[in-house]
Amino acid sequence: MADDHRRVNALPGWFVPTVLTTPVLAVGAFIVAPLVVLAVRAGASIGPTVAAARTAEVMAFTVGQALLSTVVALALGLAPGIVLARQRVIGRRLVMSLLTAVFVLPTVVMAAGVRALLPGPIDHGLPAIVTAHALFNLAVVVRLVAAVPIPDGVLAAARTLGARPVVVLRTVVLPVVRPAVVSAAVIVFAFSFTSYGVVRILGGVSTSTIEVEIWRQAVQLGRVDTAVALTVVQLMTLGAVTAVGVTLARRSTIRWGPGTITVGERAGAVGTITVLLTAALALAPLVALLAASFRVGGAFSTSGWANLLDDTIRPGLRLGLDPVAAALRSLVTAGAAATFAVALGALAAVGVANAGRVGRLADPIVMIPLAVSAVTVGLGLLVTYARSPVDWRSSWFVLPLGHACVALPFVVRPLSTAARGVDERLRWAASTLGATPLRAMAATVLPAMRRPLAAGAGLAAAVSLGEFGASSMLSRSGGETLPIVIERLLARTGGDFQARGHALAVLLAVLTVSLVALVDLGSGDRATGRSPLGSVGTDRDRAS
Amino acid sequence: MSLRPAGRPLWALAALLAPLAACGDADTAEPTTITLVAYSSFPVEGTAVNDALDEFAAANGLTVEILTAGDTGTMVTKAALTAGNPEGDVLWGVDTILLGRAVEAGVFQPHVAAGLDAVEPRLRDLVVDDLVTPVDFGDVCVNVDRGWFADEGLAVPTRLEDLIDERYAGLLAVQDATSSSPGLAFLLATIARFGDGWEAFWSALVANDVLVTDDWESAYYGAFTRAGGDRPMVVSYGSSPPYEVLFDPSVTEPPTGVITDTCYRQVEFAGVLRGTDSPTGAGLLVDFLISPEFQRHVATDLYVFPARTDVELDPVFVEFAVIPDAPAELDPEAIDASRAAWTERWLTIIGG
Repeated sequence: MADDHRRVNALPGWFVPTVLTTPVLAVGAFIVAPLVVLAVRAGASIGPTVAAARTAEVMAFTVGQALLSTVVALALGLAPGIVLARQRVIGRRLVMSLLTAVFVLPTVVMAAGVRALLPGPIDHGLPAIVTAHALFNLAVVVRLVAAVPIPDGVLAAARTLGARPVVVLRTVVLPVVRPAVVSAAVIVFAFSFTSYGVVRILGGVSTSTIEVEIWRQAVQLGRVDTAVALTVVQLMTLGAVTAVGVTLARRSTIRWGPGTITVGERAGAVGTITVLLTAALALAPLVALLAASFRVGGAFSTSGWANLLDDTIRPGLRLGLDPVAAALRSLVTAGAAATFAVALGALAAVGVANAGRVGRLADPIVMIPLAVSAVTVGLGLLVTYARSPVDWRSSWFVLPLGHACVALPFVVRPLSTAARGVDERLRWAASTLGATPLRAMAATVLPAMRRPLAAGAGLAAAVSLGEFGASSMLSRSGGETLPIVIERLLARTGGDFQARGHALAVLLAVLTVSLVALVDLGSGDRATGRSPLGSVGTDRDRAS
Repeated sequence: MSLRPAGRPLWALAALLAPLAACGDADTAEPTTITLVAYSSFPVEGTAVNDALDEFAAANGLTVEILTAGDTGTMVTKAALTAGNPEGDVLWGVDTILLGRAVEAGVFQPHVAAGLDAVEPRLRDLVVDDLVTPVDFGDVCVNVDRGWFADEGLAVPTRLEDLIDERYAGLLAVQDATSSSPGLAFLLATIARFGDGWEAFWSALVANDVLVTDDWESAYYGAFTRAGGDRPMVVSYGSSPPYEVLFDPSVTEPPTGVITDTCYRQVEFAGVLRGTDSPTGAGLLVDFLISPEFQRHVATDLYVFPARTDVELDPVFVEFAVIPDAPAELDPEAIDASRAAWTERWLTIIGG
């Protein structure tokens, strides 16, 4: 019966290949081809680069700060995660949304916030970097742990056997959440390992993660070959770490039989306070940022905001940065990036949902950008498309396309879930009513995709607005985007430039958070407090 | 009689071809906007340099736009990464230290500037294959806030070695040698003096709490005590003292001084960027940059000495600018061979 329906409803043979070609080609041309070009070009310099003393120092720092960041993020996120997994907390959804908003904050904003938050000696360097990474990734830990189902029966059994709460926590809850913790650790480690904007702003002149060192070698020292070799080193290290992490997470997964899983009792004072403190912690950098935008030379001043549009250093000498033009450029770029990402993402999602075994290979292909760092994407595009007739270094579409590729996985995930989730019988019903297979598909799948499509557009725009890594390689003088301008302002020591940087960072934060709030409110599943962002977090682990 | 029928098609053909020919002209005509890429301390408006550029533009039916691209180091690497598809048409300000990197990356296309004969021969000798034109020279030196030292009753340092004396701990600001031109010049000054001992010198500087800023403006207009910062010594230019007098006419003697023992000689060049869509206009602009009309303003507005030998300097400049007798210099080839290794090693030392 169902087979007959499938045969009748079979889409024309050209459909899936046609639909999948564009996204696969786009990822191939803008991510894979540049990677191949980088790898070929790196060839001879990989050996010397790996052997260089500086590479070892940078690698040690990169791993060290990533480990520290992971430990701190877990320490901060585990308790609220467990509370939220087990208990009902007032304002749960708000707290989750807040953490998510912090997770998608532009790196320059978070870095500026942490620098404004921490006191004197630790407002830069390792402590500041670790703080920024930990706060960024609180959402990952809390969401993953809070999403773990802890069956009532097991807890009840433990209590019936006389276990005190601490024993229940140690013998039941922790083993149950362990896989989620491992997954979270892998994700936090990977994020911190490839950190760029945070380290650029909070690190000193010579502080480098591998990601920053790629930029430093290429842009500051002019050694593109060494930079390229470092991208290869980073890619391989990251691949190894993720593989180990995924294996660990899989090994410790506990499978439950059927049973009821409910979010249980109302949280007590300890639980509520834990969650509230976490929320306050996540908000702290943003509050500090706002305060810092009103501070010049230790005293209250509005000149950071008042002089926002002025880039004069002294009469006749200008900074060469135009915040208004940069803001407009950022918005246009974000719009274009969202359009590209949504178009490519929709094609990929529809194609994969209807594809046979071969077509489904497109799914991992459009996820490839997740595994490639943004600076690598930027450097790859810069090196690959540098010769006529594909000399695109100054073309308007390069930056939004780069952003779209970075954002693509975030768009495709929720779209795929929606496209696959459409009940097949709806299509059969449509065809019974006389629709051709294509029409039936369009009438049933497309409406289901409307919400994730809007969410994807919002997310891609948010990613593009705050994108710093690829932009710092691709942006041209006089063509800076907001994050680049913010970084340049923050790096200056004189006058009220830092206050102006903070003011611009506040504006960028408001823009990004509004976008994400719209996405989160518009498409989240209210019952569980899970949002498309949450599912990206979970899937990110699976995909990489 | 028979001319008529034959004449009409010819007319028609001519009428058809006329707009085509005009089209052809339009296709080969260059854009009239010339973009001058310069380091961030190049004035974008309101100075005599800018007025001179405007006059040049008006006289030639061109528009000159100034695009500042960060400190010299950053500007040159950007130019290298965009070689062949440049951000502008002419680049101002690549210096002796970074010229090799720019030339190797194919940043410039050859242009023999009209009026090159009037440029100091020693500067012309530095140019290979007509790729660039010398436009000015100056010295990077440690500047001191004389008032601060007088108030503290502390002797002003006179030698490079004094900078690691613990009496001067926490007083010096320098620039990032990886991105800033004066920062790199100061690093080279120490290498020229100490040879392999430069690493030990810098370790001692770090121990003496040297401050490293991103660029020259951050050091001079941020960290320097004259600008409200807390560092009375800053790496800047030998021409900074007259600037203080020119900028504030009520001052008769510069409040800043120069430690001549720390000076490093820099020559700056301009060149036509390879891949420009306005090679003719770009060439004209480079010619103008070494003309007397432009050169006579570089001292007062850019605080460097003109490359032309026949330009008269402002009396204030003559009186207060410091041109050291024997500034440090390194062989360009030696610099090209070791620049990246030196700066990378420097990064590590600065990191402690």
